[in-house]
Amino acid sequence: MKRWLIAVVVLVLGRLRRRPRLDAEGRIVPAGLPDRRAENLVLLLFGCATLCGAAVPVVYAWDAIPNQTQFLGLAFGLAFAFLSAACIVIGKRLVVTEEREEDYGAVNPDDQQALEQLVDESGDRFTRKRLLVLAGAGAGTALGAALLTPAASLGPVLDVSSLYRTPWRRGVRLVDEAGRVFRADQIEEATFYTAYPEHADREQMGAPIVVVRLNPSQLRLPPARRGWAPGGILAYSKICTHAGCAIALYRKPTFPDVEPGPALVCPCHYSTFDVTNGGGVLFGPAGRPLPQLPLAIDGAGELRAGGNFSGPVGPSWWGVRNHGARS
Amino acid sequence: MRRALFAAGVLALALVPAGSAGQLGAQLYGSNCISCHGPEGRGIADRGPSLRSVGARAADFYLRTGYMPLASPHTQPHRTTVRFSQGELAALVAYVASFGGGPRIPRPHPERGNLAQGQEQFTEHCAGCHQVDAEGGYVTNAVAPSLDRATPVEIAEAVRTGPYLMPRFSATQIGGAQLDSIIRYVTYARHPDDRGGWALGHVGPVPEGLVTWFIGIALMVATCLVIGRRIHS
Repeated sequence: MKRWLIAVVVLVLGRLRRRPRLDAEGRIVPAGLPDRRAENLVLLLFGCATLCGAAVPVVYAWDAIPNQTQFLGLAFGLAFAFLSAACIVIGKRLVVTEEREEDYGAVNPDDQQALEQLVDESGDRFTRKRLLVLAGAGAGTALGAALLTPAASLGPVLDVSSLYRTPWRRGVRLVDEAGRVFRADQIEEATFYTAYPEHADREQMGAPIVVVRLNPSQLRLPPARRGWAPGGILAYSKICTHAGCAIALYRKPTFPDVEPGPALVCPCHYSTFDVTNGGGVLFGPAGRPLPQLPLAIDGAGELRAGGNFSGPVGPSWWGVRNHGARS
Repeated sequence: MRRALFAAGVLALALVPAGSAGQLGAQLYGSNCISCHGPEGRGIADRGPSLRSVGARAADFYLRTGYMPLASPHTQPHRTTVRFSQGELAALVAYVASFGGGPRIPRPHPERGNLAQGQEQFTEHCAGCHQVDAEGGYVTNAVAPSLDRATPVEIAEAVRTGPYLMPRFSATQIGGAQLDSIIRYVTYARHPDDRGGWALGHVGPVPEGLVTWFIGIALMVATCLVIGRRIHS
């Protein structure tokens, strides 16, 4: 570890200090022979680390390649491996080492000076110090850029309007996994269904919904949502407002008198949403209600959206409460 | 085995005069169920739901698993030892079924199921609560039980009935063939074929990650020993 630190210090100090020590007299560290092959190897390794580091943002941005995640991991891993290999070569073959048997004095100025001299002289063997420092800095920069790349997945920074958009609007029909249109009389009580908007991209955050049916007498929806649940059929976004997991659990009481009320539960962190009152949070880390989708039954008995969600869909972000969902 | 016993029970019932089987069922109902479910299964508010039209399917499930009789209606029923003989069970189920035309006891055929499809269906419909290895899990305010002792008939009954807080799944959501596949997968998941070699108790990613950490740390230390030189004092 000490030698590695010295290698780093040497590389930095080598840039700052131009004054070479030419006198052979008074040296502590024996002058090492220049090793240009080892330097070439270090340059090559730094170059490979730079390439691998630079490959990370490229792979990240290029969605068309298969196994993208695996290639990302490979690029990261190789960048670190090449960088550490370069450091090992520097430590093993380029930095002249000297061990001092006796302890350094606590605050002895002579020892302090000797230490500085030791560090200074250890880098004597390098013949192309600036080139090596540049190569190392290049590898460091590429790796830094690679480490920052995943931050782009945090979502849009300046224009968040896309986060409010969903494929639902008044009149869109509800279809199941296979694309069959849901009819209102198919929806039974005590179970739940996953539905999607007809003719829309199902991968969109706002697309999947959970449909349940309750006895209309159980509903306690806010007055503004009167008519959102025709025949007791309710629809909520399937994406949890906490971390964006798919809500896969429906807690359905067999005997409501003594059992917990009907609720949608997210399997990731157990956020529990009351289906009777418009998706209010009963338990768990979710910070806002599950967005509800107004429903309507058309003349043919098919289920259609009566508008857009009651609020923005998916995990929260800054300004999530500023607007409602948009089509 | 259980189905055979049950069939034997039904047969035995058919042989004795119908009156005495009905009497046995009514007698057992009166001593075990009536305090919560009320006379003739009409139900009692805040104590127990009505049993009219639940049919033999739900009665068989709740009694055969030992979910019922339940000591307190405010607790979640869980698997206990059944206190009835096979004949008593059959009589009680027949008595509950006689309240109204409910569904009959299903007859699944897991041997006809497809294991891969079963895993797919189980992951989609069941694993949210019961976990993908069917070892059980949680939903807020309740425990999703482990399925390691559930018989094929019990699984089919539970899927169609939806006991306690579990949703029920109709034939349009999970078809008969899909249900057979799910049962086959649940049976398989008790002793899965561990291709990875070291199952670590099927607990999941936490022990696997721990093992990886220890192997990784050992590799790191070994690497440090190789690239460094030990200084002897």
